[in-house]
Amino acid sequence: MKSGGCTAPDLFDKFQPLIDQREALLSTGLTDPFNLVMERVESPTVAICNGKRTILLGTYNYMGQTFDPQVLAAGHKALDEYGAGTTGSRVLNGTYQGHRECEEALKRFYGMDHAMVFSTGYQANLGIISTIAGKDDYVILDIDSHASIYDGCALGNAQIVAFRHNDVEALEKRLKRLPADAGKLVVLEGVYSMLGDTAPLKEMVAISKAAGAMVLVDEAHSMGFIGPNGRGVAEDQGVLDDVDFVIGTFSKSVGTVGGFCVSNHPKFEILRLVCRPYVFTASLPPSVVATAATSIDLLRGAADKRAHLWANSRRLHGGLKELGFTLGTETPQSAIIAVIMPDLERGAAMWEALLHEGLYVNLARPPATPAGMTLLRCSLCALHSEEQVGEILGMFEAAGNRVGVI
Amino acid sequence: MTDRDERKTRIHRLIGDFNKKGIEVGEDTRFAQDLEWDSLTVMDFVAAVEDEFDIIITMNRAAEIETVGTLIDAVGELEGQA
Repeated sequence: MKSGGCTAPDLFDKFQPLIDQREALLSTGLTDPFNLVMERVESPTVAICNGKRTILLGTYNYMGQTFDPQVLAAGHKALDEYGAGTTGSRVLNGTYQGHRECEEALKRFYGMDHAMVFSTGYQANLGIISTIAGKDDYVILDIDSHASIYDGCALGNAQIVAFRHNDVEALEKRLKRLPADAGKLVVLEGVYSMLGDTAPLKEMVAISKAAGAMVLVDEAHSMGFIGPNGRGVAEDQGVLDDVDFVIGTFSKSVGTVGGFCVSNHPKFEILRLVCRPYVFTASLPPSVVATAATSIDLLRGAADKRAHLWANSRRLHGGLKELGFTLGTETPQSAIIAVIMPDLERGAAMWEALLHEGLYVNLARPPATPAGMTLLRCSLCALHSEEQVGEILGMFEAAGNRVGVI
Repeated sequence: MTDRDERKTRIHRLIGDFNKKGIEVGEDTRFAQDLEWDSLTVMDFVAAVEDEFDIIITMNRAAEIETVGTLIDAVGELEGQA
C-alpha cells in the first residue's frame, strides 16, 4: 500500500509466496485443511464436522480425558465456586487454591519437589528456556525441536547450538567443543511430534550430564502414556532422576489447556519471580486447573488405558504399513503415527478424501515438518475402540486408492 | 596455499554436496537467495561445516553469515578460538 508518495513496502509482502501457494491449492476445489470447524463434539473420538459423523484421529487427546465424569465434575464445581477466571497473574491476584492443588498433583505424578503451572505449554518452554539460559550460556537443542523451544531460545540471550535429530554422536561432539566452564542447557523431547519417534534419552542424558550440562526434556507427547507410570520417555528409559527439568502440557493427555515445568532443583521456586512468560500473563481459570489436577491424578492409575493405547498404536501402524503407506517410524514408538505423503498436493487431497470418509487427521506441511515432508499425522486415543481402529484402516484404504497414493 | 585458500577449498567441497542445482559458487554467493537453500538445508550444511573443522557455529553466529566469503572468514576466526 502506498500513501502520499511514500514507497515503503507493504509489510505483508514477505507472506506472498505462502498466500500464492495457499490460493493455488484452494483453487483446485479442496476444502481448506486449516479451517475445519467441529460443530459438535460427541466424545473424545467422535465429532460432527461439516454435518458428518467424523472419527477424530488428530486431537492429541491420547488418554481420552476430555469427557471423563470426574474431570468434568471438578471443573463444574470450580466454575461455580471460584468463577470464570482469575483476571490476574500468578504473582498477583491469580493464584487460587486450585493452582496450588494442580501443582501438588504434578509433584505427586512425577515424584518431584517443585512444579510450576503456566498458562500454556508453549509458554512453559518459552519461559523456562529464556529465563535459565543467560547471555554467556549455551542451549544445545535437537534440530527438530518444537517451535516453542526455538521461540524460547529466541526470547533469551543465550548462544544456541543445534545438532542433527536424535543423533547421539552429534550431540556429544558439540558438547565437547563448548567451553568447559560455560553454563549449558541441553533441550530434548521425549516424543517428537512430527514423526512420532522417541529420543534415545538414556544415552543423551548420560553424555549431557557427563559434560556438566543441565537437561530439560519436553514430554508433551508422552505424558500419561509412555513409561510404567506414564511419566514419559525419560521414565521409560530409566533416566528421569537425571533430568533437571521436565516440561509438559495439559492440552494433550491431561485433556485441557495449560503447561508446566517440574524439577528437583533446590532453587527452582525463584523462577516464579523472574520468568516473564509466567509473571506477565493471566493465570489459568479455576475450572481449568481443577480439571487438570483431577485428570493428572487419574492418569497415575491408568495402566489399562495405556495398554489399550499401545495395542491401538501397534495395530494402526501395522495395518497402514500393510496397506502400502510409508510411515514416519519403522515401528510404533508413540501414539503418533505419521503417514508420509509424496507431496503437498496429494497430501492435501488425501486429507480431504479422509474427511469425506469421515476421518479427521492432521495435515502437517513444511516448514513445520522435517526435511520438507508433507505428513498426515494420526494421533490415537486410548478411547478409540477396536472397531474404530478397523474403521480407520478401511477409510485409509478407500481414500488412498481414490487419491492414488497406495 | 594459504590457510584461507585451504579453508576455501574444503568449504567449496562441502557446498558441492548440498548444491543440488549445480549453481556456480563464488565468494559473494549467498546461501539462502543464490543457492536457494531452505532453513533446513542451511542447518544441515552448518552441521557439516562444524564437523569438518571441529568447531561450533552457534545459530546466533550463523544468522550473520550470508555469503560463502563470510563463512570462510568466520570459520578461520572460530578455528582460531578453539
